[in-house]
Amino acid sequence: MLSILRTVREVLRHTFARRETIQYPEEKPYLAPRFRGRIILSRDPDGQERCVACYLCSAACPVDCIALQAAQTEDGRRYPAFFRINFSRCILCGFCEEACPTLAIQLTPDYEMCEYDRSKLVYEKEDLLISGPGKYPDYNFYKVAGLAVGGKDKGQAENEAPPVDVRTLLP
Amino acid sequence: MNPIVKQLIVIVAVFGGAMSASAGLIWLERRMLSLWQDRYGPNRVGPFGLLQVVADMIKIFFKEDWIPPFADRVVFVVAPALLTASVLMSFAVLPVAPGIAVSDLNVGLLFFLGMSSLGVYGIALGGWASNNKYALLGAIRATAQMLSYEVFMGLALMGVVMLSGSFNLGEIVAAQEKMWFCVTQFPAMVVFIIAGFAETHRMPFDLPEAESELIAGFHTEYSGIKFGLFFVGEYLGVALISAMIATLFFGGWQGPWLPPIVWFLGKTFVFICGFILIRASLPRPRYDQLMAFGWKVLLPVALLNLLATGAIMLAKG
Repeated sequence: MLSILRTVREVLRHTFARRETIQYPEEKPYLAPRFRGRIILSRDPDGQERCVACYLCSAACPVDCIALQAAQTEDGRRYPAFFRINFSRCILCGFCEEACPTLAIQLTPDYEMCEYDRSKLVYEKEDLLISGPGKYPDYNFYKVAGLAVGGKDKGQAENEAPPVDVRTLLP
Repeated sequence: MNPIVKQLIVIVAVFGGAMSASAGLIWLERRMLSLWQDRYGPNRVGPFGLLQVVADMIKIFFKEDWIPPFADRVVFVVAPALLTASVLMSFAVLPVAPGIAVSDLNVGLLFFLGMSSLGVYGIALGGWASNNKYALLGAIRATAQMLSYEVFMGLALMGVVMLSGSFNLGEIVAAQEKMWFCVTQFPAMVVFIIAGFAETHRMPFDLPEAESELIAGFHTEYSGIKFGLFFVGEYLGVALISAMIATLFFGGWQGPWLPPIVWFLGKTFVFICGFILIRASLPRPRYDQLMAFGWKVLLPVALLNLLATGAIMLAKG
């Protein structure tokens, strides 16, 4: 009997406890930056788009919702001619973000993208590309990769020594 | 005022009060349960979620009125009405203010006990007419539970009857002028409260109808307005038992400087909140634990209370 009375007293003490409910949509819960929400394509710190159209995200995607086509500028930089994510298929797993070598594709803590029409849930590159670097503000793929593109020769990346001319090694 | 008109007003007021208490309990229970569970109840529909009742009513009315083809049609439809009707009848003997009751029956208390016995029919017939093994099992358990707890309920009230000398509820309230019966008949009050929980099959005695027990007990096959009527009947029972506790043990309409009807409603409201609090806090015992508790603990307590009351009354002369 006493344990019953103690239980009732404990429950009564909850009358004055603060309620845990977050009153969405007036209040929004705090989401960490690593929350897997809406997908974006980010740009370099220099302002050029990071995506090199390597198809790794499309290959990693478990539901095949990413479609893209590679193209190349005269500089030698690859870029996607079109980049399409079907958000009605996307399960927001983050495999594409893990697979991307240039940290171009990222998942953001935004989830409010409801539509009445399913065709509006297919996002093209102009819907996905943002003007900033996203979650990684300092990374520039071409500055650490060894590829020679317009404006950067072989050997001019960070932590890279210039290539040795083998003819100077001859005895 | 013409006494017939006055009586009609009292009847309409008591009936309206009972039905609005039952409908308001839909909202109140959800808000109070969530208050004690650190969350908000319905607070979107209307101010403080009050229009949730209207929304629920509209939803239940628009549900398909389906009677299982294997069920006994007439009894299936009549069973929830039986429960609700018997509980509503008991509201007729409640004294809501000095001299004001729908019916000043000389055997008001016996009438209340009789009507709660009739309420068992609604559940038993509901489970039987469903033609469903598990509904029947739930109905049998509910019937056994209600019948056995009615025994202790009646016995506990005999102490009150002895002290006040009559079955008339108005006179029982009047006999509490000096001292409310919650003090002199404390064990009887505890037995009556516990038996009241079992009568209305509320937590922690809601084995017959809990969602996880035997599918849903006796109202497995019920949907739509018939189910709504079962639940209205249950909430009416809660309101009735709260009002009975207030009347029999806490002085009914007695109290200083506020009008008596306010005291009556206030006490009933406090006990309704007590019902919801018990639902929020206590776990459900197993069926055999429930029956054993009733017969092995509550019955001796009720009988001992009766014995002690009788002995003290005799000693006092």
